[in-house]
Amino acid sequence: MSGTVAAPTELAIHRSGARRMGFFTDTTVCIGCKACEVACKQWNDLPADGSQFKKGGSYDHTGDLSASTWRHVRFVELLEPSPQLQQEAIGALPASSGALPAIPPAGELLGSSGALPAIPPAGELPDLVAMAEGVGSKWLFMSDVCKHCTNAGCLDACPTGALIRTEHQTVVLQADVCNGCGYCVPACPFGVVARDPVDGRAGKCTLCYDRLQDGLEPACAKACPTDSIQFGPYEDLVTQAERRVAELHRRGVDGAYLYGAADEPEHELAGGLGAFFLLTEPPERYGLPAEADSPIQENLLAATAAAIGAGLLAASGAALAFATARRRLH
Amino acid sequence: MAEAHPVGFRWVMKAKERGARIINIDPRYSRTSEIADHHVHIRAGTDIAFLGGLIRHVLETESYFHEYVVNYTNASTIINEDFRDAEDLGGLFSGFDPETGTYDRSSWMYEGGEMASAAGVREHASQAFEEQTGAGMHGGHMHRDDTLQHSRCVFQILRRHFSRYTPAMVQRICGISAEDFDAVAKALIENSGRERTTAFCYALGWTQHTAGVQMIRTAAILQLLLGNIGRPGGGIMALRGHASIQGSTDIPTLYDLLPGYLHMPRAGEEELDLKSYIDTGGAERGWWSNFDKYIVSFLKAWFGDAATEENGYGFGAIPRISGNHSHFATTMRMLDGGVEGFFVMGQNPAVGSQHAGLQRRALAKLKWLVVRDLAEIETATFWRDSPEVQSGELSPGQIQTEVFLMPAAAHVEKEGCFTNTQRLVQFRDKALEPPGDARSELWFMHHLAKRVKAHYAGSDRRRDWPIVNLRWDYPELGENREPDVEAVMKEINGYEVASGRLVSGFGELRNDGSTACGCWIYSGIFAGGINQARRRNPGEIRSEGGDVSPEWAWAWPANRRMLYNRASADPQGRPWSERKKYVWWDDAQGRWTGYDVPDFPADKAPDYRASDDATGMDAINGDDPFMMMADGRAWLYSPSGLLDGPLPTHYEPIESPVHNLLYPDLGADPAGIRWRRPENPLHATADPRYPIVATTFRLTEHHTAGGMSRTLPWLGELQPEMFAEIDPVLARERGIEDGGWMTIVTDRAEIEARALVTDRMRPLQVDGRPVHQVGLPWHWGYSGGYPGDSTNDLGALSGDPNVSIQESKAFTCDVKAGRRSVPTTERLKGVAANAPRVAPNEDDGNAFGVAGECAWRQTRGGVDQ
Repeated sequence: MSGTVAAPTELAIHRSGARRMGFFTDTTVCIGCKACEVACKQWNDLPADGSQFKKGGSYDHTGDLSASTWRHVRFVELLEPSPQLQQEAIGALPASSGALPAIPPAGELLGSSGALPAIPPAGELPDLVAMAEGVGSKWLFMSDVCKHCTNAGCLDACPTGALIRTEHQTVVLQADVCNGCGYCVPACPFGVVARDPVDGRAGKCTLCYDRLQDGLEPACAKACPTDSIQFGPYEDLVTQAERRVAELHRRGVDGAYLYGAADEPEHELAGGLGAFFLLTEPPERYGLPAEADSPIQENLLAATAAAIGAGLLAASGAALAFATARRRLH
Repeated sequence: MAEAHPVGFRWVMKAKERGARIINIDPRYSRTSEIADHHVHIRAGTDIAFLGGLIRHVLETESYFHEYVVNYTNASTIINEDFRDAEDLGGLFSGFDPETGTYDRSSWMYEGGEMASAAGVREHASQAFEEQTGAGMHGGHMHRDDTLQHSRCVFQILRRHFSRYTPAMVQRICGISAEDFDAVAKALIENSGRERTTAFCYALGWTQHTAGVQMIRTAAILQLLLGNIGRPGGGIMALRGHASIQGSTDIPTLYDLLPGYLHMPRAGEEELDLKSYIDTGGAERGWWSNFDKYIVSFLKAWFGDAATEENGYGFGAIPRISGNHSHFATTMRMLDGGVEGFFVMGQNPAVGSQHAGLQRRALAKLKWLVVRDLAEIETATFWRDSPEVQSGELSPGQIQTEVFLMPAAAHVEKEGCFTNTQRLVQFRDKALEPPGDARSELWFMHHLAKRVKAHYAGSDRRRDWPIVNLRWDYPELGENREPDVEAVMKEINGYEVASGRLVSGFGELRNDGSTACGCWIYSGIFAGGINQARRRNPGEIRSEGGDVSPEWAWAWPANRRMLYNRASADPQGRPWSERKKYVWWDDAQGRWTGYDVPDFPADKAPDYRASDDATGMDAINGDDPFMMMADGRAWLYSPSGLLDGPLPTHYEPIESPVHNLLYPDLGADPAGIRWRRPENPLHATADPRYPIVATTFRLTEHHTAGGMSRTLPWLGELQPEMFAEIDPVLARERGIEDGGWMTIVTDRAEIEARALVTDRMRPLQVDGRPVHQVGLPWHWGYSGGYPGDSTNDLGALSGDPNVSIQESKAFTCDVKAGRRSVPTTERLKGVAANAPRVAPNEDDGNAFGVAGECAWRQTRGGVDQ
């Protein structure tokens, strides 16, 4: 599902000629440098979050997306630090005595004449361990961001109109409209949007809506040195991403897949993510849900039925009251 | 590289996407390792053993690039019969004097070669560039065996020297398995030769060792054997620790160099006049025959009209060095009261320098200190909040140091050049004016010099001659009276004195005072009156050879992007392969041509043969690509230039948990510098109190000693606290919990850190038993928004004999659970008070020479242990 137009119930800006824009974040070329995180903060003048070393976060101490962190790099050390595993690895190496070939004292190899034996003809090299591509990751780096969902839970939940759909199909939160009610927070299945503890208002990635007005790419995409974050028209990104997955499969990185784009219809994430990812491990490894949708969309049919039912009830109640009232009058 | 040079790593990533294979050798599994196709854990400090093992493998399997080795290296050169190798003498080469810890290198010479007189003189701790490239060698006649069979030819010496560096030995010393070794060897060999080349990239993990220079040289030998030098996609890239640090040696901030790698003259030797200086630095053959043109032109730039032939162009006024004036020697002298004042510009020794507790105590002995920086760094505040003040050992009331904190302009607030590791000089414009009183370094030095000159104006004392006659007439621009940086560049470029015409390259420089040039290797940077370093035209990068981009900025020398590129063509001048074309001989035109400026005389034909009595560049044959060397060949074996051996040898780091398995009677580099003083305690080899190997590393999020990153919340919050990386086995043994506190201990200090328990650190099987390593980032200090203990408090001072670089990449320590219970450098308490006294202007007899394992005192009054 690409280039989906905003649902008619959304508060949306329309501009003819505007295309859906998005992010394709390719985690296989991310080097975990956090330039994206810093560029975003600098451009949006966001405050630092804290100063605590977070246990278990590996190199990640900002922790999560929040009202003042709109790009967040996650680090996942895949191998559990297991003393047992390491002891086994040590045990597998040659033991200390006997099995090690001795280092001869200097001179022994040279023989009495001081001359070296002739160089043996270049025979077979020893039996070697193959150097496969994609031997297997030990450490995952992923730059997380607002997904700018097609079915945006935050937008659906917002009562004030602070959250809107732009002409690029992105979701933008207007801080000056936000009243801090926090309804958007539980509505996001990805835990993206949050309220600032001091200010009370919510904040999240705008896909640099202001930079887009002037034809600039978002700050994070510009700063990324390895083009892990790619920005552009949504359809083009999906095409690029599918090509990339095919290339990785060809190289033996079998676990590569797209998260949030070209999904199977029954597993579509929030109708398709405007900011989607290339991952190599199951989504839970990255702190992402395997299934997700806007809670309003999830409940849309039931809610509509309930609303109609309630409306019918109200209508019938009103009719009854009217009828009763009319009888009274007469 | 991904951690410390993330933007540069972009190109590694692109290469990988185009099919390049990336191999990462590192004690830690870092962010680079994750991208690499293959990571190999190595015991820190054992790279010579590993690379030596690869050399042995390449030699014994005959996988070297035979035609390249025979024709372009000194593999066939025969060494004189007095030479004894480390394999013959238990780890020493012939000529070692245990009394002084130095080598008499005359037995290392080529057979038939002659040593220049200067080479017989005992060297100071740093080596001038022309010495390393063979200026000391002239005269004589070399003997060669092109069949490489003669028992004393370099090739056979190399075989003997590395004969015991077997894969089994590599496993025992480095902790690298035979499988890993073979995989790396196979990849290197498969990817070298006519059709393919391999590049090595290294950083401080090789540099910062007592055998650091030799470590790098081992890679050079390997690359030469594989034919990877002077060829596209090959070479050895040094990834520097700082922006423009290349520029800081080119136009140097180093005490022992004049601009362009000319050596500083030395006091007390035969360099009192210009002629004897030229005799020392110049050479009869090869490029250094031009030496006199460079020094004379340099002197004309400094002293202008006051420099005349009669007064030796003012050569007598250049300061002479009288010893090792490098950072650590100066620190010791400072501690002894022998340094009155100190300028610290864009550096933070209170946190960033080895043995930081000693650095801070030394600073407290200064009379005055000027710190120029963007923020109030620890070096400026040591007098009120250093750990030694906090513990009460020192008090602000007692510290007499007057500190001047001067605000510095940031890099977008000033214009000028940065020189990167590829010798690429890129000029940057100013984006905005610096705020308030913040000023550029150029402004500061310019106006300081003006005031000093004004102070001495009119003096006729001989000692004031250099200040009075220093040519200092740079135009000043704008409200801040910023000196015109392009005027400085033009002076560096060089010009004809009479007309002011800018020269277009060092080829136009003369030795008769008619030209002036601030730095000969940069000559050409303003050719034609155009700021060449400001150019930003990438050109057609997708065209053949287009990725050389010769119009993007300017590279020294002469905009040559790759040095020794003559080696990209065979002896007949044809590219080794179509795929690896770079420069080649065009017979029709009678010139060298190609994608880059050829690193060779343009019209010297490949078949040119020098006559026996040829001198200068005429002595270089048409198939001798390495023309900076007196014999035109790359040196697998270095007959001169290095102070600790003609060949790299496995020496343990000065502090090691294991003995030297190859040379049990030796341990570390015997010529390495040690400062034997009570303030500088070193751990004995295999000291049971300190069984863990410590290695330092950098994080992407922080910059060096933290002055630019711990003061900025956006960066500070990314890595807010000092931590150490530790493997799970060691953590469990010591009761250290992930995320909890741990303490790292040496005889110099104990520091606390958060524990990052991770499988990315691995114990290694070394000589049959597990050896653990811990990784220590060194960005934290006691001030700024994100303070923490300083890793550099842990290390002792020691130095590579050739360049005095410290050994911070491998030392020993122990670790314990919990926070430290004492001030960090408590164990050094009182050392500053007990230091011997040296008066500031007193020569302390700090003669040249380096300390070996024997007793030698770097400063008078130092006590032997």
